[in-house]
Amino acid sequence: MDVIEALRASSDALRANRLRAFLTILGVVIGVAAVILLVSIGEGARQYIRQQFGQLGSNILVVVPGRTAKEGGMHMGTSAVRKLTMEDARLIERRSRAVLHAVPIIVGTSWIRFGNRSRDTYIVGVGARYFKVRNLKIAVGRNFSQDDIEGSRRVCVLGRTVKRELMGEATSPLGALVTIGDAKYRVVGEMAPKGVTLGFDIDDVVFIPVTAAQELFDTDWLFNITVKVASEAQIPQAKEDIRRLLTRRHAGKEDFTILSQDEVVAVMGKILNIMTAVLAGIAAISLVVGGIGIMNIMLVSVSERTREIGIRKAVGATNRDILLQFLAESVLLSLTGGLFGVLLAAALAFALPAFVPFLPTHLVWWSVIVAFLFCLAVGIFFGVYPARKAASYDPIVALRYE
Amino acid sequence: MALIELHEVCKSYFLPTYRVDVLRGIEFQVQEGEFVAIMGPSGSGKSTLLNIVGCLDRPTRGRYLLQGQDMGGKSDAELAQVRNQEIGFVFQSFNLLPRYPAWKNVELPLVYSGLSPAERKRRALQMLERFGLLDRATHTPAELSGGEQQRVAIARALINNPAIVLADEPTGNLDSRSGAEVLDIFQGLHRQGVTILLVTHEMEVARRAQRVITIRDGVCQDGCY
Ligand SMILES: Nc1ncnc2c1ncn2[C@@H]1O[C@H](COP(=O)(O)OP(=O)(O)OP(=O)(O)O)[C@@H](O)[C@H]1O
Ligand SMILES: [Mg+2]
Repeated sequence: MDVIEALRASSDALRANRLRAFLTILGVVIGVAAVILLVSIGEGARQYIRQQFGQLGSNILVVVPGRTAKEGGMHMGTSAVRKLTMEDARLIERRSRAVLHAVPIIVGTSWIRFGNRSRDTYIVGVGARYFKVRNLKIAVGRNFSQDDIEGSRRVCVLGRTVKRELMGEATSPLGALVTIGDAKYRVVGEMAPKGVTLGFDIDDVVFIPVTAAQELFDTDWLFNITVKVASEAQIPQAKEDIRRLLTRRHAGKEDFTILSQDEVVAVMGKILNIMTAVLAGIAAISLVVGGIGIMNIMLVSVSERTREIGIRKAVGATNRDILLQFLAESVLLSLTGGLFGVLLAAALAFALPAFVPFLPTHLVWWSVIVAFLFCLAVGIFFGVYPARKAASYDPIVALRYE
Repeated sequence: MALIELHEVCKSYFLPTYRVDVLRGIEFQVQEGEFVAIMGPSGSGKSTLLNIVGCLDRPTRGRYLLQGQDMGGKSDAELAQVRNQEIGFVFQSFNLLPRYPAWKNVELPLVYSGLSPAERKRRALQMLERFGLLDRATHTPAELSGGEQQRVAIARALINNPAIVLADEPTGNLDSRSGAEVLDIFQGLHRQGVTILLVTHEMEVARRAQRVITIRDGVCQDGCY
């Protein structure tokens, strides 16, 4: 008897007891569906994070003043910390080969007024390359030019929300004069809508040249320096260069911190991986419980069919034939469970985001394969004992069994 | 050369406290084409003997030769093959698979001979036709009369053209009319040259055979008891 015959005989047997077979595989169905679904939720979350950060540009380092993030120690008095300056940014851009652009940033809040309307919003002072580095698109008008920055010209680019609040949808903002703080700024551009990224509404922002922002907020210190690295491979080199350059400039003190966006993404990805693995592992336990259910029903089935085993042996079945037949039955049970589990998981992964918007899902093909192989293993593992029991029956005793 | 040769065959069951010696040196031969009845009182070991001849059981001592080959040295798997190829069993209680229709019961031995499903079905239906059961091919055993069930069982026993047919009280569960029908079938098979060993304790049944062997006190004698 080959495997196909064994499968044929066992599917006959299962079809004779449909309800029982269904109830038996339910545990496996739920286990498989849970494993696949949890993995797909984890993957969905990871892709969501990657995509959100990706919107902010890739290969980016952010240099912030102060040395806080890693050591967690408190700085007593601010005099020890040298703040970051425009000159620092210029130095980084000029002296490091790995760095494409180093953009000085100043962030503050201020009132912006146009006609009789006004709004309290974020004012972001940026260098000319900022829009390119952060993947921000200008919808109408233009970007800041190098002349705007160097001449600290009073020009601004409005975010979508600010523009709509001040001027309404219809009118073009170009050339309008808005009041920020005490000075008038000419509108030279309007941002393309970007929406909320990681909880921050990028559309509710006004950009001005960083030099203008220094005057507006009356400061020489930068909020941060946003650095675009030439390639992912050069990130370590860029970090090393920045650390070396700034430490020398800051009298040998490393009083700044270099944050890597990709590192943040990587750490979050790792955390998500661990959480996914733990949850999927717990779900896998229910698969094992399903396997115990299969073993239980297989033992019942073997003793119910003692006489059948005797008859089959009398007409020429070997022990191996009987073993194969019952093993095929338990594997068939577990794989059918696996199949329905995969279908259920796929349906849920598809339907879930429609009902729970904050749970993006992404079906991972390898989790389907792993779950299926695990099913196969469960079917074999829990099927071997009943099948061996069936195979070892003495045909004479089995034939006499009532 | 005799088809079946038993030399000093003994069978004992070892119970926790004592030993039951059922067969104590059976000695007989069956030639090809013979129709032999085995008789003996209840508990005398007729079924035990038939199981040994049918390779379902092994003797405790003694030699059993089938077609000149010693069955004592064969592995379980080899004995299964002998059962599949050379032996057809007919039981008192039919022993059909209740879930399967008649034709699937008949083809069962062929499943273990490695034939294709189409060929198996063709031969099973042919066999059912031979016993006038073609219109019952899709009926399950529960939908068949006792006589019909036994005819299905005989069809199953014959499907692989075995060297011997072994029948253990094949008429025991049948009324006299279906019993007579079944015996007619056996006699017909005998005329076609099939070797038959039939266990019974009814004289009328034994009379249909060419020869009667009687088992008493674990040994066999020719003639009736
Ligand atoms: N597994 C066993 N363990 C112990 N004793 C057994 C076993 N199988 C059979 N016997 C004994 O062997 C003896 C012969 O049994 P067997 O079934 O061969 O008798 P039989 O001649 O076929 O009887 P019947 O005509 O009633 O069918 C009986 O006494 C029975 O109790
Ligand atoms: Mg008996």
